[in-house]
Amino acid sequence: MTPDPSRAHPVITRGMVLTVLALAGVAAVMVLAVQYTPVEANQGLAQKIFYIHVPSAVVAIWVAVPMTGLASMLYLWLHDPRLDRFAAASAEVASVFCLVVLTTGPIWGKPIWGTWWTWDGRLTLTLFLFFLLLGYQTLRAAIREPLERGRFSAVLGIMGLVLIPFIHLSVYLWRGLHPKPVVLKPSEPSLPPAMLHTLLIGFGVFTVLYIGFVTLRYGIQLAQDLREAADAA
Amino acid sequence: MRRALRHALAIAGKDLRLELRSRTSLLSATVFAALVLIVFNFARDPTAVATIDLAPSVLWVTVSFASVVAMNRAFTVERENAAFDGLLLAPVSREMLYVGKYLANLAFVLVVEAITLPLFVLFFNVDLRHALPGLLLTMLLATAGFVAVGTVFSAMVVRTRFAELMLPILLLPFMVPPLIYAVKTTVPLFAGRPLSDVVEGLRFLALYDVAFITLSVLLFSAVVDE
Repeated sequence: MTPDPSRAHPVITRGMVLTVLALAGVAAVMVLAVQYTPVEANQGLAQKIFYIHVPSAVVAIWVAVPMTGLASMLYLWLHDPRLDRFAAASAEVASVFCLVVLTTGPIWGKPIWGTWWTWDGRLTLTLFLFFLLLGYQTLRAAIREPLERGRFSAVLGIMGLVLIPFIHLSVYLWRGLHPKPVVLKPSEPSLPPAMLHTLLIGFGVFTVLYIGFVTLRYGIQLAQDLREAADAA
Repeated sequence: MRRALRHALAIAGKDLRLELRSRTSLLSATVFAALVLIVFNFARDPTAVATIDLAPSVLWVTVSFASVVAMNRAFTVERENAAFDGLLLAPVSREMLYVGKYLANLAFVLVVEAITLPLFVLFFNVDLRHALPGLLLTMLLATAGFVAVGTVFSAMVVRTRFAELMLPILLLPFMVPPLIYAVKTTVPLFAGRPLSDVVEGLRFLALYDVAFITLSVLLFSAVVDE
């Protein structure tokens, strides 16, 4: 049976639909942030960036990166190319989300902290994560052979996942300047309802955006793989 | 068990003998370390920054760069005449193959460090008399960890394009946690504090070593087996 590249089309379409929906959701979150939520007493308008910054950080660090690590582990065990494609797509989306975090953070930091950047634990951790993800993609780009690429990037993915707690331990030695979590913490969320709702919608929207991007990226990779297989056959 | 260990030592011995006979990598890594130290000396204003304030950073930056340069060697030597295929065909378990390569790499990097340290003392005029035992222990623990990761990565990058550039890109994020703790340990040691003050840092380094040596041994076969 010759591989049929058009098999990837439904996946790509699904990814596109999800992505468009999620992007509309991001726009809605921005409207909500401006119109619906109250202005924060101490930080003023700068705080509005919170509704973009926090969801992208949470999805990158708690969803996208662990998913890459998990898919890497499963790939080494099952050798299923779907897992490799997924891990790669997830890592790529994670790096985009990290980049969003690393750009929105300083925009907020300048008026509030008076500095674009500080070597605070959270900032450093995100930066390292970003570089790890870049390294992961550089490695993938430098290997032609698909099986070898899958194995090597899975090894790096697993090593990276184990590295994160060590980075966490070492960077948190420094004094923290970053605001503490307001929602994901042991006690009740300490936000006014309007802010909390917008933030929760933000989490939902960014999760859908992650799924949309990953599906799209997965579909494109699938199309490429099928095309190569068809050319080879 | 003893036979497995003998296999590992045989591989390590082969690598070290090769290095001792050619001496090219050792020489270039050491010269590189010396040059980094010299660059550092001119990159600071001696009237504004005291040597001792900068010394721990200088030492660790030099050590980490020199180690990356040194670790590139481990699998590039195997590329010639497809020597690595021979190693893979040998009746040696993948784990012991890794351990052998790791031990050789570790010895190699430690030798580079052992030459760098006196140069550092000479150029930066640091009094190491009290700090030496603690510093050597810190260097050993920190090096043992990142060389474990570096050995796996160097086996991967030789199969890629731009291998020499790829290793630092992949490895440096992994070197940062041990380096942070190594510097944190070195600063009090240089200030003449006793070893008992830096136990926490040493414990972290040991934990990193255990985690990454174990992980590397387990993952190595995924790198070399097709």
